[in-house]
Amino acid sequence: MIGTGLLKGLAVTARNFAGSFHDPKRFVTTQYPEERTKLPEAYRNFPFLVSESADDPMGTLRCVACQICEKECPPQCILIEKSSDKKPDANGRMQLYPKIFDIDTAVCMSCQICVEVCPFDAIKMDQVFEIAATDRFTGLILDRQALAKPDSYFHQIRPTEAAEVEGRLAEGRRAAQEKARAAAAKAAPAAPAEPPAAPSAEAAKPPRPPA
Amino acid sequence: MSLSPSPLFSAPGPQVRAVSDEFHGDLLEVSMGPHHPSTHGVFRMMATLDGETVVKLKPVFGYLHRNHEKIGEGTSYLGSMPYTDRLDYLCSMTNNWAYALAVESLSGQAVPERAQYLRVILAELTRLLNHTCLAGFLLQDCGASGTPLMYAFREREKILDLFESLSGSRMMCNYQRFGGCRTDAPPGWLEAAAALVGGYGAFLDEYEALLTGNEILMARTQGVGRLPAALAISAGVTGPMLRAAGVDYDLRKVDGYGFYPRFEFRVPLGAHGDTYDRYMVRVLEMRESIGILQQALRGIPAGPIMDPKARLRGFRAKPGEAYGRIEGPKGEIGFFLISEGGPNPYRYRVRPPSFINLTILEDLCLGHSIADTVVILGSIDIVLGEVDR
Repeated sequence: MIGTGLLKGLAVTARNFAGSFHDPKRFVTTQYPEERTKLPEAYRNFPFLVSESADDPMGTLRCVACQICEKECPPQCILIEKSSDKKPDANGRMQLYPKIFDIDTAVCMSCQICVEVCPFDAIKMDQVFEIAATDRFTGLILDRQALAKPDSYFHQIRPTEAAEVEGRLAEGRRAAQEKARAAAAKAAPAAPAEPPAAPSAEAAKPPRPPA
Repeated sequence: MSLSPSPLFSAPGPQVRAVSDEFHGDLLEVSMGPHHPSTHGVFRMMATLDGETVVKLKPVFGYLHRNHEKIGEGTSYLGSMPYTDRLDYLCSMTNNWAYALAVESLSGQAVPERAQYLRVILAELTRLLNHTCLAGFLLQDCGASGTPLMYAFREREKILDLFESLSGSRMMCNYQRFGGCRTDAPPGWLEAAAALVGGYGAFLDEYEALLTGNEILMARTQGVGRLPAALAISAGVTGPMLRAAGVDYDLRKVDGYGFYPRFEFRVPLGAHGDTYDRYMVRVLEMRESIGILQQALRGIPAGPIMDPKARLRGFRAKPGEAYGRIEGPKGEIGFFLISEGGPNPYRYRVRPPSFINLTILEDLCLGHSIADTVVILGSIDIVLGEVDR
């Protein structure tokens, strides 16, 4: 009979309408900004730079200005300028650091390829999404001061990934220490045997502390 | 041109002629779009009308051209992956898979079993998402303002939540990699997916109660925009459009890519090739997708998700040509790559299903009223990001 399909459809609509008042399964709207949904841990939007300490973010950036992310970034939104001097990193090795590190978030497409290619775990994806600015130039081009966030923040937003990264870094530190110890142990017996008249290349370096 | 009598409203009486000879006026050219809400984006139809009947229709597109293929030749293989998300922005997971398949056949990487299962699960979830949205949009185009579309979007949001907790983004997933998937499913994800799949059948039942038997939908879609099988084949139409015309051609069966030969499913076919068949084929495909998902979620093994030999930095494919294609929700999505062994492809070409399905728009619309062109366009299922690239 003509009309039964319509009536059946109307019954569905009526059920949904009535259900939207009492059935918790149908309460699908979140009243943002009063209510907020919990972001999943994997959620990403824009990158940030990890610094070891919150007190001196510029001095403890993990980034060594290798520029891999700058080259791999598909929309080319990263600008890095290397420093001319070196600073010790967390392992005590002397490394370059970024004198300039800018990300144009108006261009960034949140693909997280910079994070994947970074061999130093220095750049990670942030979860802050309320970033509207009134000026599209100064407000959206983030420099290294604006990008730097401490490692503790990374642990807070992504505990699982941070634990993984922590393990990897600890492994790296241990390997570096072992290498340094092995080098010291190798250098210790060799040093006395070495005559003080070293080749000229060695002489240019500052004198080694006596073993 | 007479109004074809509907089987439902075949009231006796004189045949009404849409255009009578006495009142024959001038032809009217109407430019629908590019900013028309029913064209699903920036798409334009130059329709020539005799009364309300379409006598000529010229599709105009390119308003959303983003130089995708040329950019693909300049960026690294990995760098093109997030751009493929933006082709058909409803189905980023299947776009990712087709591109990864093309690169994998160039580089000869093997994909671990768990990643293959995850890919099937994600592709079928994408199919559910796309077809649900399409049914909503089609009804919106018919004039059912709001209700079916909102029901569809309510369910779509649940799938997008799954995508977000897996890949970090709702729509721009950027999830597949050459030789596997980027991250493993977080704890509880597979259970959440199984719960969603378990409840999807009930949603489809509700949705079909709302729509499938609806007399207005039948009157608007049955016999409208009939696509003959011969035309569909000669125009290269693929996907649900082709199967609604009665041609049994599904790449999941034909190519058997991924792990699809391991799953049992049927390929629904249409009998008339009209708009109603295109709607029904998609609903039935969703039911089959649920079956595939249940099998895949039951059988997914533990293990690695990436080929251990896969390299992210400094990836170079072997010289040669490769074409990777999969059965996307809209049809055959394919990527053609020529590699010279460098870090980026020499040639990068996309075969977008909705662009090729759109080429027959005029054939479908001729003789129908201008209001029907909107419904026909809605049933073709286009996304302008993919049509214009």
